[in-house]
Amino acid sequence: MVPVLLGRIQTRLFLLAFVGSAVTAIVTPLVGATYGTTFAILAAVAVLGVGWELLYHLLMQFRWEKDWPSLFGLLTAVPEGLLLWALLKRGAVPTVDAAPSLAAYAAHFLAVWIAVWLVANGPMRVPFPRWRFHGGRLI
Amino acid sequence: MGGREHGRGDLTPALLDTPVWSDALVESAGIPVRDAPFVTVGGGIGSFVLVDYLRIAGVPTSDIRVLSNIDQPWQTYQYLTRVSQIPEPERIRSDSSSRPDNIWGFPSYALSEAWRDRTIRPLLHVLGEPIFADYWTPRVGDVFTSMAREAARIGYSRMLDRGVVRMVRRRDKGGYFTILTPPEGTSETRRIAYRSRFAHVAVGYPGLRFLPDLQEFREKYGDYTRVVNAYEPHEHVYEFLKTRPGTVVVRGGGIVASRVLQRLMDDRERHNLQTRIVHIFRTFVTGAHGPHLWARRKGGDGWAYQGFNYPKSVWGGQLKARMRKLDGAERAALYKEMGGTNTPKRRRWQQQMRAGREGGWYEAFQGVVERVEPGVDGTLTSIVTSDLTGESATQKIGSNYIIDCTGLEADIAEHRILADLLSHAGAGRNPLGRLDVERHFEIKGTASGDGALYATGAATLGGYFPGVDTFLGLQVGAQEITDDLARRGFCRRIGPIRSATQWVRWALGRPVKEA
Ligand SMILES: Cc1cc2nc3c(=O)[nH]c(=O)nc-3n(C[C@H](O)[C@H](O)[C@H](O)COP(=O)(O)OP(=O)(O)OC[C@H]3O[C@@H](n4cnc5c(N)ncnc54)[C@H](O)[C@@H]3O)c2cc1C
Repeated sequence: MVPVLLGRIQTRLFLLAFVGSAVTAIVTPLVGATYGTTFAILAAVAVLGVGWELLYHLLMQFRWEKDWPSLFGLLTAVPEGLLLWALLKRGAVPTVDAAPSLAAYAAHFLAVWIAVWLVANGPMRVPFPRWRFHGGRLI
Repeated sequence: MGGREHGRGDLTPALLDTPVWSDALVESAGIPVRDAPFVTVGGGIGSFVLVDYLRIAGVPTSDIRVLSNIDQPWQTYQYLTRVSQIPEPERIRSDSSSRPDNIWGFPSYALSEAWRDRTIRPLLHVLGEPIFADYWTPRVGDVFTSMAREAARIGYSRMLDRGVVRMVRRRDKGGYFTILTPPEGTSETRRIAYRSRFAHVAVGYPGLRFLPDLQEFREKYGDYTRVVNAYEPHEHVYEFLKTRPGTVVVRGGGIVASRVLQRLMDDRERHNLQTRIVHIFRTFVTGAHGPHLWARRKGGDGWAYQGFNYPKSVWGGQLKARMRKLDGAERAALYKEMGGTNTPKRRRWQQQMRAGREGGWYEAFQGVVERVEPGVDGTLTSIVTSDLTGESATQKIGSNYIIDCTGLEADIAEHRILADLLSHAGAGRNPLGRLDVERHFEIKGTASGDGALYATGAATLGGYFPGVDTFLGLQVGAQEITDDLARRGFCRRIGPIRSATQWVRWALGRPVKEA
C-alpha cells in the first residue's frame, strides 16, 4: 500500500485499535505490566502517531514516486519508540505515573509494532480489497 | 468461402450505418442473437481480471461471456514478452503484489515463492526494496502458472466464446449488441450478435507503431529483416551475431531497450562474441531531472530511471488521488510531468553497460535519425543528427541491424472496435487522445438505457487513473467496474466478510461457486 495522508492516519488508528489491542491483551501479563499502563502506552502511540504521520507525509514528498517503502514502516519504530520512552520517563504520558521497566516497555512496544506492520503488509487486504487502491483509507 | 454462403447472417449496410440497433434490425440481417447479461471483449489479462472479480462477487459463469481470439488470457502477453526478450525464467517489471490471479495481492508473489521454495530470500529482498535492492519481481513463468490455476478455479473456459469481435453498438431498448465473427466452420452464419445489458472492452494495444524513418526504409527497400521492431520476432538478429562479429543499432530508452541490450550483452559474454552496440537516445538523460525538488526523477547515461512505468503512488497513493480530481489540460500536464520513457535501474544492467563502455563496445548518445539507407556489403547506414552542446552535427553510423525499441502504441482508431466506438457509439477522446472513460471506467457518452459500456487497458490511458496498462491497473479498473455493477444491481458489492471467505477459498484452491 502506498499511503495518502488520511490513509496513513486511518490505517494507524484502525490497526492499533484492533491488532494493537489484541497484542497488548496477550503481551501485558507476559511482560509483567498492568493493563492500565500498556493500554495508556498504546493510546499514546496512536495520538503521537498522528503527528508522526504528518512528518512522514512531509518526508515522502521528497521521493519522486511518493511511495513509502515497507522497510520505512518498520524502522520508524526506532524514533517513535525512543520519543515515547523519553515521555514516559518524564511522566508526560497521562495516567501513567511510573514508567514500566525498559525491557517490559520495549517488548510490548515492539510486539505491537511488528504485528501492526505485518498485518499492514498483506493480511489487511483480505477483508479490505479496496484499501490498497485508496492510499490506506478505510472510509 | 469454405462451404459457407457468403452474406448469410452478415452485417448489412443498414446495420453498418445505423448507430443504435433494434432487435428487428439485427434479426432482419439473419444474424442469430445470443443473450448474456455481461459481455467482455478481448479475453486478455484485462478481461480476465474483471471476470475474476465478478466471479468472486458471485456472478455465475452463465451470466458472463468472454469474446476473444485467444484461448488463454495470458497468450498475447506471453507472445509480447517472449519476443521482447523476457523468456519464462526471467523476471518481469511489475512488483510482488501485482498479481492478476489474485484480487487481494496477498499472498504476494514473493511470499508464494518463499513458501514454495522454502526460503526467506524473496522476503528479505522485498523488505530491502527499493533502497538496498532492486524491486523484487516475479518470474514470468510463475505469472502464467498462477493465472492458469485461477482460470480453472473460476471456470474461465466455460465463459469463453472464440472469434473476432467486429463492433459494439447500442441497442434501442437499452444495453448493447456485440458482433462476433466466429472461427470458420464453427457456425451457420458469418456473424453472431451478443445482446447484453453490460459490455466491457479490453483489446490491449491498438497496433504496432514503427518509427517513421524505419517504416520508410522497410517500405522503400522491402527489407524487413535488418530493420526490426523489438515487439516482432527477431531471433535471427541474435543468431546472426553468433556467426560473425557485427554491429547493432538499438533505439529507444525504455525497458524494452534494456531487455534487448541485456540479451545482446548476455550473448556476447556467453558465446564470446565481438558484438558492438550503438545506442541512440532521442532524449538523453544525464542526471536527476524534474521541475522542482519535490518532483525529481533519477537518471543518467541516457536513461530516466523508475521502477515501474509510472511512479509507484499512481496505483493507490498520492498521485492516484491527485489525478482523479483533474480534467482537461491540467490532467494532460500532470501526465506530462510524471510521464516519459523510463526503465528500472537494475544492478545487473548497470554492470553490463559499464563493462561495455569500458571495453569500448557499447556506446550511447543523443541523436535523431534522419533516415536509414542501405550501405555496402549488406550493411545499413543511419544518418543521425546529434545536438552536441547546442550545435547540431550529422554523422553516419553503419550497422548490420537496427532494433527499434521505441514503443508499441498506434492511435486507438487503428483498432476496428475502438474506431467504431468513436464513430458510432458516442465515445470520445481524453486529453491524451485515447478513449475517454469515467472514474469508474464507463466509456463516456456510450450509456444505453439501463446498460453501461466499460473499457480498461492501454486504450484508456490519459484518464482519471494513469496506471491502466499494468496488471495492477487492470485490477483497479476491474474493482471500479465491479463496484459500479453492484450499484446498478447486477452483482453484490464485495464486503469484508465475502472478501475474507472468498480469499480462504482462493488459498485452499477451491473453485468459485456458481451462485
Ligand atoms: C512486453 C510487455 C511487458 C509487460 N510487462 C508488464 C509487467 O511486468 N507488469 C505489468 O503489470 N504489466 C506489464 N505489461 C503491460 C500489460 O499489463 C500487459 O500488456 C497486459 O497483457 C495488458 O492486458 P490487456 O487485457 O489490456 O491486453 P492483452 O492481454 O493484450 O489482451 C487483449 C486481447 O484482446 C484481443 N483482441 C483484440 N482485438 C480483438 C478483437 N477484435 N476480437 C477479439 N479479440 C481481440 C487480443 O488478441 C488480445 O489477446 C507489459 C506489456 C508488454 C507489451
